Amino acid sequence: MLLIHCPYCKDDRPELEFSNAGEAHIVRPTNMSDISDTEFEAMFFMRDNPKGIALERWRHAHGCGRFFNVARNTVSDKFLKVYKAGEPRPSDAEIEELLK
Amino acid sequence: MVEATPTKRIAPAEGFRVANSVVSIETAKPASRISLRATSAGARSFEKSLNFALPRKPAETASAKGRHALWLGPDEWLLIDEANPDDSMVPRLPNKQFSAVDVSHRNMAFIVAGPGAAATLNAACPRNLSLAAFPVKTCSRTVLGKAEIVLYRTARDTFRVECWRSYAPYVRDLLAIASKDAHI
Repeated sequence: MLLIHCPYCKDDRPELEFSNAGEAHIVRPTNMSDISDTEFEAMFFMRDNPKGIALERWRHAHGCGRFFNVARNTVSDKFLKVYKAGEPRPSDAEIEELLK
Repeated sequence: MVEATPTKRIAPAEGFRVANSVVSIETAKPASRISLRATSAGARSFEKSLNFALPRKPAETASAKGRHALWLGPDEWLLIDEANPDDSMVPRLPNKQFSAVDVSHRNMAFIVAGPGAAATLNAACPRNLSLAAFPVKTCSRTVLGKAEIVLYRTARDTFRVECWRSYAPYVRDLLAIASKDAHI
């Protein structure tokens, strides 16, 4: 079983306590009524689904209940970095470093 | 006129107990409980009605006079009062910085005790329950099979398993089966 580090509990916890909550860092536009249907579709439905590094939201659903962000390798399923919600996304250089 | 007769509250899994040479499982006595959500200022305000400090670090607990405060999240606590099961602990304070909800009848608890207690729980709970990873007087919300539980290690070989009352038959049966396989 995967052990996932929760940045709020500061501990490695079994994956059964967590739930995936989709792609991270999706900014909701403030001018929602002005954007076109195509732009709305791109924001609301379209996801990258990359092979490699994905930045994702996860929730410690059966633990502290908090959402947080991770950088995960979708090929190896390895959690490369875990950071609290609201913290900036890791830079490309930092992700390259994590992959080594 | 019909006389009003007081009705007896029937708790789930009341009087349940199984035991073997390594572990005993029994339903805990009724207790008063609160689910507390609070900002840091709200937590300080709530503590005045509690007379002891709320735990502020992950997995910590605090206890005094039969009352226990369990850290569940950065702004969430479960409070259990075993001494006064019929009294609500919700303080009568005007306060907008915390939300204290009486969940006394939503939850019930099993006491799993004995040298095989950790092995019994580990039949369906994926957490590392060694003393190093889960020391005495720590707690955590986690899962037992398909049910969500709050696990509280009250002593070296004693766990309090808090679960929602609708999960009680499932948790009771799961623990009873697991106790048969608890070898140490």
